[in-house]
Amino acid sequence: MKSVKVVVPFLLTLTLSLSLFSFSFPSFGFQSDELLVDDEEFSLEGSPQHRSPEPVLTRSPPVTRKRHSDLDSSDSKIQFSLDHAFGDSDFSPAGTFSARLKTWSHGGQTLTKLRFSRNSFSNEDKEKFKNLLKSDDFYRIRLPSNVLSPPGRDFVISSVKARCLPREGLDEHFVIHMEGVNVLAVNYGSPGSCPYPRNLKFPAKWSFNSHTVLKNSEQAPRAPVFTEEILGGENAESEVVQPPERSFWAKYWMYLIPLGLIIMNAVTQAMNMPEEQASGQAPAQGQPSAGAVQRGPSSAARRR
Amino acid sequence: MAIRSFFIPFLLFVLCFCSSLSPVLSLYEDQVGLMDWHQQYIGKVKQAVFSTQKTGRRRVIVSTEENVIASLDLRHGEIFWRHLLGSNDVINGIDIGLGKYVITLSSGGSILRSWNLPDGQMVWESFLQGPKHSKSLLLVPTNLKIEKDNVIVVFSNGRLHAVSCIDGEVLWKKDFEAESFEAQQVIQPSGSDLIYVVGFSASSQFKMYQINARNGELLKHESATFSSGFLREVSLVSSEMVVALDSTGSILLAISFQNGEISFQETPISNLVEDSSGPAVIIPLSVPGIFVIKTNSVTIFIKVIGKGKFEVVEKTNHETAVSNALPISEGQQAFALVQHAGSEIHLAVKLAHDWDDNLLKESIKMDQQRGIPHKVFINNYIRTDRSHGFRLLIVMEDHSLLLLQQGAVVWSREDGLASIIDVTASELPLERDGVSVAKVEHNLFEWLKGHMLKLKGTLMLASPKDVAAIQSMRIKSSEKSKMTRDHNGFRKLLIVLTRAGKLFALHTGDGRVVWSHLLHKSEACQSPIGLNLYQWQVPHHHALDENPSVLVISRCGPSSDAPGVLSFVDTYTGKELNSLSLIHAVVQVIPLPYTDSTEQRLHLLVDSDKHAHLYPKTSEALSIFKHEFSNIYWYSVEDHNGIIKGHALKCMCIGEVVDEFCFDTRDLWSVVFPSESEKIIATVPRKLNEVVHTQAKVIADQDVMYKYISRNILFVATVAPKCSGGIGSVTPEESWLVAYLIDTVTGRILHRVTHHGARGPVHAVFSENWVVYHYFNLRAHRYEMSVIEIYDQSRADNKDVWKLVFGKHNLTSPISLFSRPEVITKSQSYFFTHSVKAIAVTSTAKGITSEQLLIGTIGDQVLALDKRFLDPRRSVNPTQAEKEEGIIPLTDSLPIIPQSYITHALRVEGLRGIITVPAKLESTTLVFAHGVDLFFTQLAPSRTYDSLTEDFSYALLLITIVALVAAIIVTWRLSERKELQDKWR
Repeated sequence: MKSVKVVVPFLLTLTLSLSLFSFSFPSFGFQSDELLVDDEEFSLEGSPQHRSPEPVLTRSPPVTRKRHSDLDSSDSKIQFSLDHAFGDSDFSPAGTFSARLKTWSHGGQTLTKLRFSRNSFSNEDKEKFKNLLKSDDFYRIRLPSNVLSPPGRDFVISSVKARCLPREGLDEHFVIHMEGVNVLAVNYGSPGSCPYPRNLKFPAKWSFNSHTVLKNSEQAPRAPVFTEEILGGENAESEVVQPPERSFWAKYWMYLIPLGLIIMNAVTQAMNMPEEQASGQAPAQGQPSAGAVQRGPSSAARRR
Repeated sequence: MAIRSFFIPFLLFVLCFCSSLSPVLSLYEDQVGLMDWHQQYIGKVKQAVFSTQKTGRRRVIVSTEENVIASLDLRHGEIFWRHLLGSNDVINGIDIGLGKYVITLSSGGSILRSWNLPDGQMVWESFLQGPKHSKSLLLVPTNLKIEKDNVIVVFSNGRLHAVSCIDGEVLWKKDFEAESFEAQQVIQPSGSDLIYVVGFSASSQFKMYQINARNGELLKHESATFSSGFLREVSLVSSEMVVALDSTGSILLAISFQNGEISFQETPISNLVEDSSGPAVIIPLSVPGIFVIKTNSVTIFIKVIGKGKFEVVEKTNHETAVSNALPISEGQQAFALVQHAGSEIHLAVKLAHDWDDNLLKESIKMDQQRGIPHKVFINNYIRTDRSHGFRLLIVMEDHSLLLLQQGAVVWSREDGLASIIDVTASELPLERDGVSVAKVEHNLFEWLKGHMLKLKGTLMLASPKDVAAIQSMRIKSSEKSKMTRDHNGFRKLLIVLTRAGKLFALHTGDGRVVWSHLLHKSEACQSPIGLNLYQWQVPHHHALDENPSVLVISRCGPSSDAPGVLSFVDTYTGKELNSLSLIHAVVQVIPLPYTDSTEQRLHLLVDSDKHAHLYPKTSEALSIFKHEFSNIYWYSVEDHNGIIKGHALKCMCIGEVVDEFCFDTRDLWSVVFPSESEKIIATVPRKLNEVVHTQAKVIADQDVMYKYISRNILFVATVAPKCSGGIGSVTPEESWLVAYLIDTVTGRILHRVTHHGARGPVHAVFSENWVVYHYFNLRAHRYEMSVIEIYDQSRADNKDVWKLVFGKHNLTSPISLFSRPEVITKSQSYFFTHSVKAIAVTSTAKGITSEQLLIGTIGDQVLALDKRFLDPRRSVNPTQAEKEEGIIPLTDSLPIIPQSYITHALRVEGLRGIITVPAKLESTTLVFAHGVDLFFTQLAPSRTYDSLTEDFSYALLLITIVALVAAIIVTWRLSERKELQDKWR
């Protein structure tokens, strides 16, 4: 009974979510009121199977387009570098992020149109990475914490077990949490899952498949302030509680049913009386078995 | 149709009834004290004054380090009245004025208050402003009057005030312009109208001001320079002379300022004491003619003879405490000294002018666990034979307070319990045959009387006196204070660590101290400072013969890189099993989720050089640890520079000494908060020992949501740096609060949300998959509480029952946090009336029972609030299905139901923390709230659905059964007879 009920909504949600994924919209629509400045540019959170070509994604080797001509006066182009390290080695440059810095009228600055160009692994790097894979060690990356004056206060570091990255090529996924021009944190890992007993697997191609997402903080929903709504709510509720007109039967059925039962009882009793008087003498004259059968219901009626 | 139209309102009614009922946990008046206890404390006594007037003779007024002023009964040590001043209202001095007012100076000398001695009502309050911060001195002269007003002289904030004792009016004030002048003493020689203020200026100048006490006029100002400077403390040996030390601590200076002339008399300490070593310090005292200096561990008593001539009267190696002088008769002043020697303490009361003669000399056996005496206060009384008797009030190292009289301890107070820094719970021993500690009712008559009373109570025949007797019988029932484990797990030991470095075991039944243990001192560490308490060994499956033990981490010295000390204490007996003085510091302690074969938990201690050390240092522990080596991650929060870092283990320590229990660490991730816009004010991890019963949540439309249950989530709250000032320092536009959920293994920010116009302080609690936090909303001018729930989407596909049946689901596959998480969060905010001191959540044995938030309110009470009120799925008009599920219609503020205060009429003064411990009975949780007071109770958030309540009437049940059986027999007989008659008819 319950199982069926679970399956049907599940199918519904599955189809719903499938259709939603094509809109690249997080299912449930809960985060709809988030303040994302460049919502159309950074579509995110698609599971790998449903990934649609996203404008932010850049495949390496990337094609860096220079669009100085259509730059606004308040926009400027900036670059900051990504460093990587194999295990506990020192960091070395691994790629460059380029973005446009948008200055808002209220003074805030945000990054838009983030692009990433990944340096391809040198042979030495490949060897190091293979060693990481063999020893199930960490591949680490870092970004400056301030993109205007790198490295800012400190580098933000992120790391992942190297065995999480290889698929066809090397799949990586960056989520860069920004606060203005500051990089708060970078979350680095594989775009999909990384099941726990991590198996040793070497990538077929040594090229990176990079996905980048910029994230800003979302606004908290305000605490509900309702004064009018409460009144409205009360009205609505009172309607539910007291329907305007109810039939006589609906109002008084709880009295009517016992009353009916009593009447029925009285009627049957009254009907039984003469019958019993009539049949009272018959069994006494020598038909005890039949009498017992007959008396059954009548005595029951009396007891009631 | 008709039935349905009735049914819906009926259902609504039932629902409303249920929802209004279930959060209420009120208890009846006669249930108070059955399961809860409350203890009142005051903290370590800083200063004590005895009332000498007739009415107040039985009282002592004390001020404590917990900022309490209290009036105690001298006969029994009970509290007559008590006031807890705020945490930033530190008491500088107390005294008694006019015999009936308690005068307190607090808040760095800026608030002067007067309290009525008999009942503790505040009489008046004055604010004393001044040009600069300085030492605060309070002087209440006995016979100084200005136009019939008795005067209080206060030196604070660089200004001398004369305040009326009657109404707190400032009569006159006098500024001391000299910038660096630091007053050390304010002296009012009795019988004169002069006030002397003496102090130092520019470290090498001694200054004396003579002031007319009637109008504050400066009569004389003298200063003299001593080339090698002074140490700050002085000792007043007479009204015209103070004794100070030079800045090297090797030369004694007698500074006399008789008639306004300052003269120095230098005496090197080495002249007085041949074998003196190291710099000396003066113990500030005011005993005429005698002062005390201390070098290393030697205490030296020196007598002043004549003008600037000193004579050593006694030297002692024992820890000594000396009281101030007490005038006992004309021209005679007595003082007390208490010496600690082994298991005894020696008391002596001497006259100030006659060292060799003892008015009183006694030795008292003292509990070793109380440590050394820290302070002593002396009081006298007239004995029955008209001679002088003395009482001594002693403050011990463990902050306890004792009254000694006639060679015995009259009463003692365990005031160390007012400053608890960590709590853990421990089981009691199992009940074995013949080991039962329970006291059976020994007297048959008593037993019968008790039962007669109970019977009277049930039959409602009891008089009020009987009712009281029944009540006290119930409260004192021996059942709940037994020293053995009970079936429901209500009886436990609460192991608490106090600031004084003492461990106490409190019985949950009645709150008594079962044992106490002062942290062991060793040669390596003279004064260990207790930091934390961890459960070291909790035997339950195998190794049941072992006693459970706790690990106490302490630090040897005030700086954070001082070496640590580990102590292992048996929780049944309170014996210290072992103590380790470490060579490294302890910055972070990580209890690992692994235990060895004797159920000792593995702990990882991180030192200041970022090396991790494994404890216990056994090869078995090492092999367990090696096995899980690559799966150990931890984080550290550097809140001063706004960085959170994640760490993992790297390899064995590289050093000259091979230590296979030491490991190097490495940084895996970091989150750097921009210093100009964010400042960390709260970090809350999930409780380590929390049990989550179900991973899934079935919501109204028969859909399933999977909770994102990871032990490695950290809640972090940051605010705009400007917000750290007081309320009103920022406008709503420039203040914000950002809440983060951070995965502590990978450093992923799972959720990040900004509350504009909000500011701290933030209090938060994290449990299962939700976090609730409390903050102030500047726009709405109200406090707010928000809830964030986090759900796992990657397992959301497991809704198909067939998949579950055939095992084609991923619910049992190991979860790696290196996978990209697919989570969604839901959140909602509500207004909340109170500001909050602490938040906790109830925890039960299996996690089935619904949860309640325990909120320590500003009024020092604990409020229980159903988690259902903080459910982000609440909406203004919930659907029918949602109502059935128990979702409460959304309101803008959280309700505060007066009956749901679990502290009922009591207050836990100075509330600091709330701890919940699951009982064995699933429905029940044990709650311990501590501050200056302690409070303990049992709580059943969803009522006791799994056991009959204590007031369940077994007699009624029995009577009903008997009556029913009788009725069945009777009716059966009757019907049989009837049938027989019918047959014979």
